[in-house]
Amino acid sequence: MSNAELTLTEDGIPLKQKLAKTTALQRRRAFLLTMPLVLFLVISFVIPIGQMLFSSVHNDKVSAVVPTFAEAIIQWDGEGLPSEATFEIFVKDLAKAKKVREVGRTVGNMATRINYEMPGSRSLFTSTARKAKKIEAPYKENLIKINKKWANPAIWLTMQRAARDITPAFYVAALDLRYDEEGNVVRADELYQIYLDNFIKTLGVSALITLICVILAYPVAYLLSVLPLRQSNLLMIMVLLPFWTSLLVRTTAWIAILQTEGVINDMLVFLGFISDDGRIQMIYNQTGTIISMVHILLPFMILPLYSVMKTIPPSYMRAALSMGAKPMYAYRKVYLPQTLPGLAAGTLLVFILAIGYYITPALVGGEDGLLISNLIAYHIQKSLNWSLGAALGTILLVVVLILYWLYNKLIGIDKLRFG
Amino acid sequence: MLKFIQEKRKAIIYLLVAAALVTLLSGTYKAAIGFLLVFGVPLYFMSKMPDYATTGERFTRYMFLVISSSILVFLITPVIIIIPLSFNAEPYFTFTEGMLNLDPDAFSTRWYMDILHNGMAAPQAIEGWWADMWENAQWVRAARNSFFIATVSTIIATSLGTLAALGLSRPEMPYRALITSLLISPMIVPLVITATGMFFFYSQVGLAKTYWGVILAHVTLGVPFVIITVTATLSGFDMSLVRAAQNMGANGWTTFRRIIMPLILPGMISGALFAFITSLDEVVAVLFIADVEQRTIPRQMFSGIREQISPTILSVASILVLMSVILLTVLELLRRRSERLRGMSPG
Amino acid sequence: MKKLINKTLMATAISAAVAAGSVQAEDITVVSWGGAYTKSQVEAYHKPWMAQTGNTVVSEDYSGGLAEIKAQVEAGNVTWNLVDVELSDAVRGCDEGILEVIDSSILPAGADGTPAADDFLPGTVHECAVGNIVWSTIVAYDGSKTSGVNSMADFFDTAKIPGKRGLRKGPKPNLEMALMADGVAPGDVYEVLSTDAGIDRAFAKLDSIRDSVVWWEAGAQPPQLLADGEVVMTTAYNGRIFNAVAAEGKPFEIMWDGQVWDLDLWVIPKGAKNMEATLDFIKFSTGTQALADQASWISYGPVRKSSAPLVSSYHNQPDLKMAPHMPTAPANFGGALQNDFEFWADNQDQLNERFNAWLSK
Repeated sequence: MSNAELTLTEDGIPLKQKLAKTTALQRRRAFLLTMPLVLFLVISFVIPIGQMLFSSVHNDKVSAVVPTFAEAIIQWDGEGLPSEATFEIFVKDLAKAKKVREVGRTVGNMATRINYEMPGSRSLFTSTARKAKKIEAPYKENLIKINKKWANPAIWLTMQRAARDITPAFYVAALDLRYDEEGNVVRADELYQIYLDNFIKTLGVSALITLICVILAYPVAYLLSVLPLRQSNLLMIMVLLPFWTSLLVRTTAWIAILQTEGVINDMLVFLGFISDDGRIQMIYNQTGTIISMVHILLPFMILPLYSVMKTIPPSYMRAALSMGAKPMYAYRKVYLPQTLPGLAAGTLLVFILAIGYYITPALVGGEDGLLISNLIAYHIQKSLNWSLGAALGTILLVVVLILYWLYNKLIGIDKLRFG
Repeated sequence: MLKFIQEKRKAIIYLLVAAALVTLLSGTYKAAIGFLLVFGVPLYFMSKMPDYATTGERFTRYMFLVISSSILVFLITPVIIIIPLSFNAEPYFTFTEGMLNLDPDAFSTRWYMDILHNGMAAPQAIEGWWADMWENAQWVRAARNSFFIATVSTIIATSLGTLAALGLSRPEMPYRALITSLLISPMIVPLVITATGMFFFYSQVGLAKTYWGVILAHVTLGVPFVIITVTATLSGFDMSLVRAAQNMGANGWTTFRRIIMPLILPGMISGALFAFITSLDEVVAVLFIADVEQRTIPRQMFSGIREQISPTILSVASILVLMSVILLTVLELLRRRSERLRGMSPG
Repeated sequence: MKKLINKTLMATAISAAVAAGSVQAEDITVVSWGGAYTKSQVEAYHKPWMAQTGNTVVSEDYSGGLAEIKAQVEAGNVTWNLVDVELSDAVRGCDEGILEVIDSSILPAGADGTPAADDFLPGTVHECAVGNIVWSTIVAYDGSKTSGVNSMADFFDTAKIPGKRGLRKGPKPNLEMALMADGVAPGDVYEVLSTDAGIDRAFAKLDSIRDSVVWWEAGAQPPQLLADGEVVMTTAYNGRIFNAVAAEGKPFEIMWDGQVWDLDLWVIPKGAKNMEATLDFIKFSTGTQALADQASWISYGPVRKSSAPLVSSYHNQPDLKMAPHMPTAPANFGGALQNDFEFWADNQDQLNERFNAWLSK
């Protein structure tokens, strides 16, 4: 028995016990301080995103519209056509659904859902639904009489797949795959492939932007770290002012500078490098996206690099040089390794921010400068295929979270500083 | 300045000779001005090198300065260039002949007036002009929305964020890494994803297309900045001060008010400024969640750039740049104050 | 860009007209496509209706599609009362239950006494929508700079007429036009387009001019592109081009061959407020006189037969007769194709996808 355990506090409780109690109390107090914000973020942020993730695999547009049929078709063995009884249920459900006008519960909603997987089938459902009330036994025969497409087993297979509320269908679409007539997952026709290419493009463009940022940020950060405080503060403004300036302001500025009637083209024409007809298209394409995004993200690279370089004592390099190392060798062996933490922080941060970028590509990206975020927004805001948008979003989110985890592992997010 | 000229006499002569050459070759003095700017400014920052440095070393170092200052110029030019452009008398996005010759007629404040006039019922009226402007001018309405939303979200984000930062900075904090990553994640998760999720969820609970929906979103996006800046301030915080206060009989609230608060105040304010500017600049969440009623300045700029880009946008942008300058100055003063308080640097 | 001031002034005028009465309680928000088209509606519908009822119409612009309506309805916070949509969107929105059903029996008889059911052109009144105009996508060019544009084939012939062309960013109605340029008769276009080979053929034709295309999104852009000389010719909404000629004196010409015409209809987002005032506005704005007045501001044809005889000349130019400028005028209607809403309802997701993939490659 050690002494510590015997030591008693004033009120007669062993010190260790008392200490544990106090620590527990302090732990709880610290924890409670963070709780309001944690709860707030759970409601405003975590639940919304969780729900979006859910909607990428959940779509009940078939089971909500024709519930009895959905149950029946799931039981079907997929051979030939479903039974007469299933056809009867389908016709009756369809007739019932035709009267519904509740948002998200109409035949049109179901038709749209199935049309995603079987393009061109939408009007088959809406037109049949209009006649459903009048269809009588034998249902199979009469339905096919109305439209011979009902004799195609593929449509029933598609409905069977869509009748399940939890579906991988939107990930199939998001990965440029599709279901063939027999229900196997195959690669989509090249002419319809867009998402994988765009993911690859987004990663490529982000990598390029990150690389340019590293190349541009390194000398600047170095310069800032070696200059006397008075001069470096002056130059720091040139980094911080853009950092603090609205994203839209900077994007606007680049439009003004880069457009065909803009400042740079005017200057080039004035200096005689290009003719008035030969103005260069530098914006509303991928080039414009890259230039503006490098400008916007550059401070995120300079600041972490600078804060690391500031702490490196110049005496190390001097020592290496005085011992006869060639400047390049000394730099590679002595200086560069010490800046790696800053380099890693900046690289990951810029890359993470770049792959999720939306506004700048949307404004200056033209046709070929659009990134994956723009496609997600397109499906949420224009095409209204929300589940596909959610599936694309989930894939992007997974990539970002892996990088975030890496960042935490390597650098620690609590080390992040601005200015 | 004189010392600078004396020190670098030889280099300055070289530079002037080179500039003269450029003038001769290009046939215009404007190119020489550009040349002098690009190669002259770095000279100012060129520190004195030891006497044993070779010409090669001097030249390398000088070129390094030229390159880094060009990069800095790349950073700052777009922000600065829109200011003179916004005074263009013509509806173009470039410097006209007149502007380059500093002809006063080539400059005008018409785009600034346009900010106010756009959307007004009777921009030329004298009576009721102010009320009309306040109520109807599109940009003014957007500005009012922006400032309202930014102010409310900043207050909420700063209070919740500071509280959480206090907890996170305590040595006893359990699951610190996990909770910190969670609280900072709104900054990392792509905005489109956040906005999409919020759009779905807020729609169901009746928050979409309302001020509160937008505020909630902006608090969420501002919180990471408050956490980062306040924990940064707290990281150098001497906990013995708190214990000393408590020893002397101060209760928790008094300790916070009298000891902690004054020390972390600079951090809180810069966090608040970050949250404020985040909200003021945010457009993706607004695009997804807000309605015309809640249209903010960036939203108005977004549709302006998309649909019909006009120099009015440049004037709005110039005003925003001015605001950033002010914010930056405040922030810098705060940083210095904080460092002085904590005795970290003479700055 | 150079015409900005005009546009800004116009926008100011419109919002001024709207804001003038913002004291009344009964507001309805009417959403349309902006520019000259919205102006024609403001002049012919909004202003007289406001004067008659004392209610206020707030006018808002959008660039088509159901997205915003759907977002408002799903959010349960519907701020729009009435929206001017294309036929395919009206039908699709109705199918999906995001539009209110409009009882067509409320529509008044024509000024000549014809009951509404007979007065409206066939297919212009739907379960959830009431038509107001016939409009068309045509090819326009600057007559002072370009000539020899006689057929859709010429539009796609960069050898015959070099230079940039403006096209709407989307598959509709570019695919139809491409097929017509490739020699498909208007009557067969959708039949051909229903096959994979037909779609390939249309995209191949688009591919042949791809490098010369400037894409536009809002209806106000094509006249601007022509005026700035950014394109030698462009597809455009016929009314916008007419207006640039009539109101601004631009030397633009319209090539009517291969025009693709469509309807614009009023729809009410589900759950919209002020239903009574909104329905009253529909009755008023689709009345014989209002439709005829509208046609004196822009060359879009009224959907009521009884309006046709009342359409005379441009509102401030008595010499400028409107009839020859309508898409439905016999001289213009020869090679016309009606947009097939069912085809697009069925295929738009797939074709948008392919179009986007094509565009980004």
